[in-house]
Amino acid sequence: MTTADLNVALPFIIVAAWACILLVIDLFIPADRKGLTALLAVAGMGFASIPVLLRFEESNRAFNGMIVQDGFSSFLQLLLLGVGVISVALAYDYLQRRKIVKGEYYTLLLFSVSGMVLMAQAGDLIIVFLALELLSVPLYVLSGFAAKSNPESEEAAMKYFLLGAFASGFIVYGIALVYGATGTTEIEAIHNVLISGVSNLGLLTVGAVLILVGLGFKVAVVPFHMWTPDVYDGAPSSVTALMSVGAKAGGFAALLRLFLAGFPEIAANLAPILVGVAALTLIWGNIAAIAQQNIKRMMAYSSISHAGYIFMMLPAIVDSDIAPDAISAALFYLFVYAVSNLGAWGVILALERADGGGLSIDDYAGLGERNPGLALAMALFMLSLIGVPPTAGFIGKFFLFRVVLDANMIGLALVGVITSLISAYYYLRVVVVMYMRSGDPQVRSERWLNATLWLTALGTFLLGIFPGPLLNLASRTGLFGLVP
Amino acid sequence: MSTQLILFFILAVIAILSAIGMLVSKNSVYSAMFLVLNFVTIAVLFLLLNAPFIAMVQVTIYAGAIMVLFLFVIMLLGTDMAAEGISMPWQPPIAILLSGALILEFAFILFFAQQDVLPQIEAISAAFGSPQSIGKLLFNFYLLPFEVTSVLLLVAMVGAIILAQRETG
Repeated sequence: MTTADLNVALPFIIVAAWACILLVIDLFIPADRKGLTALLAVAGMGFASIPVLLRFEESNRAFNGMIVQDGFSSFLQLLLLGVGVISVALAYDYLQRRKIVKGEYYTLLLFSVSGMVLMAQAGDLIIVFLALELLSVPLYVLSGFAAKSNPESEEAAMKYFLLGAFASGFIVYGIALVYGATGTTEIEAIHNVLISGVSNLGLLTVGAVLILVGLGFKVAVVPFHMWTPDVYDGAPSSVTALMSVGAKAGGFAALLRLFLAGFPEIAANLAPILVGVAALTLIWGNIAAIAQQNIKRMMAYSSISHAGYIFMMLPAIVDSDIAPDAISAALFYLFVYAVSNLGAWGVILALERADGGGLSIDDYAGLGERNPGLALAMALFMLSLIGVPPTAGFIGKFFLFRVVLDANMIGLALVGVITSLISAYYYLRVVVVMYMRSGDPQVRSERWLNATLWLTALGTFLLGIFPGPLLNLASRTGLFGLVP
Repeated sequence: MSTQLILFFILAVIAILSAIGMLVSKNSVYSAMFLVLNFVTIAVLFLLLNAPFIAMVQVTIYAGAIMVLFLFVIMLLGTDMAAEGISMPWQPPIAILLSGALILEFAFILFFAQQDVLPQIEAISAAFGSPQSIGKLLFNFYLLPFEVTSVLLLVAMVGAIILAQRETG
């Protein structure tokens, strides 16, 4: 181990170490001033983003290839740290309202973010597994954070934990088979063995499929999505916001890196399965969302469908000419999805009442009259999630579909476009209810929540008009130097 | 006969007897105790095979941690609960069938197909799998995973405490 190794791991080390320290500091913060813990958590994540920014363009490997740093990891780390900061801001008021204020909420959130940050850099299957656990275990606990007063939260935690552990089992078994087939767990080395042709191809394929199944659980693609609506619905909304963005980004970081840098040849053999999973996810996620009356469940299916859009990039990266575009399109879309989705969850949090009510779509009636600003923001987020032109979501989907067309997967592109049209139905229903019906929604207005809403709404709007800088950033994300 | 062989036979008999004892004892605490005996015997067998690290792990994890968990659950549920049991008439034949199939597989590989199934590997050095070499690997090559694991365990511990904590105002 050298200083250079430590430098590469610095973002993870800062977040994880700061979480450990905050665990102790929090003991000395009185119960009515837990806002200080939240602030310290944000400071930690802000601090961790400094080394990422300073070494954005560099590419290194450290700890014997256990972790790697490249544009891909830096981009995702910035995104994930930003998601962490916004999740803290969203949680602060919500926890007080639901009377579940505990300093450990923020510490666990930090631990989870540290797992995500590590996942972005994972260069070895062992780290992939450990990072996945490190990001999941705090989320299991956070899902059950309201368990004392709300049995649904307990149910969500239990379901998420059991199915998550099940999925981890798949991943470990897959990693073991990949190790058995190639004799290494390092992603780059796996590819070298694969090219040299000394590996056991059948075993490697089975291993890759098992890893795909396990990570598919984590990012919630059909047919591994069963847990999503129940968990997203039962968990405290502030946790769901983090889950729907952070856990997905972490899972896709591993999927993209593995299938592009580890075994693209295997991915080529699996292309029909990958296309099938993407199409099924798009169709089922969007159609099931139509039937939902509860906005949290609707957003759960919406998040499944968005996982499908990003998943379309997996069969596309097989072609090495398209791979760079596919990676940058996926990264850009992850960013856009994070901004719009967190914003939508912010509105949901603002309308959720202390007793857990206010979550039905009908509760949004009259919002356009009572609180035009909030209604406008929600409408903007919904339009962006559909992918309507002046918003960020349009640009994101545009690039995704362009890559799919470049890869000659016209059927998949058609499915994507048609399901986007279907999604307009349930997203616009929220807008219609807000503006066309009268009602008396109760809205919480709080400093941090409002700041988050402003930030995400502005982001959704501006990224739709000036996507250039972010696209530039996303397209410079080399992966192990494989992609320029 | 060498002492090794004599030791092996004694241990093998104890291992099999304790396994049978575990199966047939009505009292679930006795059952668990037989299982502990079985685990420890297997650990000594590993020692005989010159694999001290696996022997140590077998004792600490299986005979230690997992059995403590078992006993906890048995004690919490009460020993008499399990003794009643639900009768499952279909269970013994299936169990015998499956274990018979497993034994046949073992026998087939051992006596007939050993060469085909198991690849020939080079002789491994005596230091392979020793506590020293594992320690060296753990603190050099696998330093980062090792440290991440420690964070993970801390998180699990904190999480368990939070979920189980009683409400205090």
